[in-house]
Amino acid sequence: MFRDLYSTLFEFVRTFGALQLFFLQILLHAPTVLARRFGLVVGQVYNAGALSLVIIIVCGFFVGAVLGLQGFSNLSRFNAEDSVGAVAALALVKELGPVITALLFAGRAGTALASEIGLMKATDQLSAMEMMAVNPIRRVVVPRFLGGVVAMPLLAAIFSMVGLLGAHLVCVSLLGVDVGSFWQQMQQSVEVADINEGIVKSVVFGIAASLIAVWEGYNAIPTAEGVGRATTRTVVITAIVVLIFDFMITAVAI
Amino acid sequence: MEALSDNLIEIHDLDYSFGVRKIFSGLNLTIKRGQVTALMGPSGTGKTTLLRLITRQIVPNHGVILVDGVDIATLNQTDLYEMRKRFGMLFQNGALLTDLSVFENVAFPLREHTRLTNRLIRHVVLTKLHAVGLRGAADMMPQQLSGGMARRVALARAMVMDPDILIYDEPFVGLDPISMGVIVRLVRRMNDALGITSIIVSHDVQEISTVADCSYLISKGKVAASGSPAELNQASSELVRQFMHGMADGPVAFHYDAPDYAEQLLGRDVD
Repeated sequence: MFRDLYSTLFEFVRTFGALQLFFLQILLHAPTVLARRFGLVVGQVYNAGALSLVIIIVCGFFVGAVLGLQGFSNLSRFNAEDSVGAVAALALVKELGPVITALLFAGRAGTALASEIGLMKATDQLSAMEMMAVNPIRRVVVPRFLGGVVAMPLLAAIFSMVGLLGAHLVCVSLLGVDVGSFWQQMQQSVEVADINEGIVKSVVFGIAASLIAVWEGYNAIPTAEGVGRATTRTVVITAIVVLIFDFMITAVAI
Repeated sequence: MEALSDNLIEIHDLDYSFGVRKIFSGLNLTIKRGQVTALMGPSGTGKTTLLRLITRQIVPNHGVILVDGVDIATLNQTDLYEMRKRFGMLFQNGALLTDLSVFENVAFPLREHTRLTNRLIRHVVLTKLHAVGLRGAADMMPQQLSGGMARRVALARAMVMDPDILIYDEPFVGLDPISMGVIVRLVRRMNDALGITSIIVSHDVQEISTVADCSYLISKGKVAASGSPAELNQASSELVRQFMHGMADGPVAFHYDAPDYAEQLLGRDVD
């Protein structure tokens, strides 16, 4: 049993170290890719970002709408339903926007990245690039990573914005909250620090989610089953890591 | 200036194991400049692995591989990539980049390594595609191609940078007789006209005989026989004769190691 535990721990430390070296390689190549192959990065921002817009907008709208409903019903117990705008905005900007966007991002863009890179490996495309003296990390991994890192905060911002519209629709149009106090309370209670916290979170989650996706794809076992497993692991690990980081950043921010 | 050695690639005393399985032990082999060299051998002898070793996609456990007199194990990544620009490799399944069209696949090495104008790239790519008979398929995507066509596109891509060494991994598998004939002639013609050195891994004894200058028969981790196709055909070794004439009986067993057939069918082996 101790031997199993030892080898599991050893494997974990080894993988973690390899992941850091991989991240370092990505960072080393990132400036060159940005300078010389900007088009590749833009293409990946489109793949990871623009193609995720539908799911982000639909989910953002309904999350905001539910926040509006819950906020209204809970706050009306204290006759404070006018504050529902502030509550929804704080929840969206600081927490739900970055976190739910990261989880949706892992499901929509992360899986696509992991399976695409994994399949490229399984079909010898990465080896072929190596043989053509093209570094697959620079040509395949870095643009996809950067695309994810750029797309994630933008998606989180759109999520929060659409969420607020959802909350507005439910509270103001359906439940009769005064439109003036809805926006004014929000304006008074949401501070720049709150927005900064949301931005920091979405950037960190973007880095984590994109790194996990490209890492899992790049290290997938080159078979159908291996690629499938890499895709699943991408979602599971991203979810866990995002929630842990969320706790850590919140703890520091408060 | 120092005269170029005749041997472009030399492999000395190579050992390589995959997990616990020993693939090569004490393999020695030389590939002569300007010749077509064939690597043959029964399935699972590690011919593709040998190609990966020569191009340093993997590293041996022991032994030296010299390309043009340089030990490739000593190269750093920049030098390794410089060396790889001299190689063109045709993968077994083509390994085309699935998100690019046929044209862009062939143009890929040019776009990555040169600053040629689009007009010039177009010219070069169409010439290479024409050589493999697929100029008309330039706008197709890799998933629209048959296996044989994909391999021909991959061949065009492998030669687009005008390499010194062209490596073919099973180039004849899945080609119809017409394409096969064209490709065989193309391999020979490119080798002679452009002064390329070619390395072919193949099982097709007949095709290899028409195109190769020198063949190595690899079995059990070593070179079992070498020589021109005619010499191999005349060889007295049982292994060589079995392989060259495709006989079921001989030193190479057709069956992978297994328990006794009758015992297994009767279910006695589980007791």
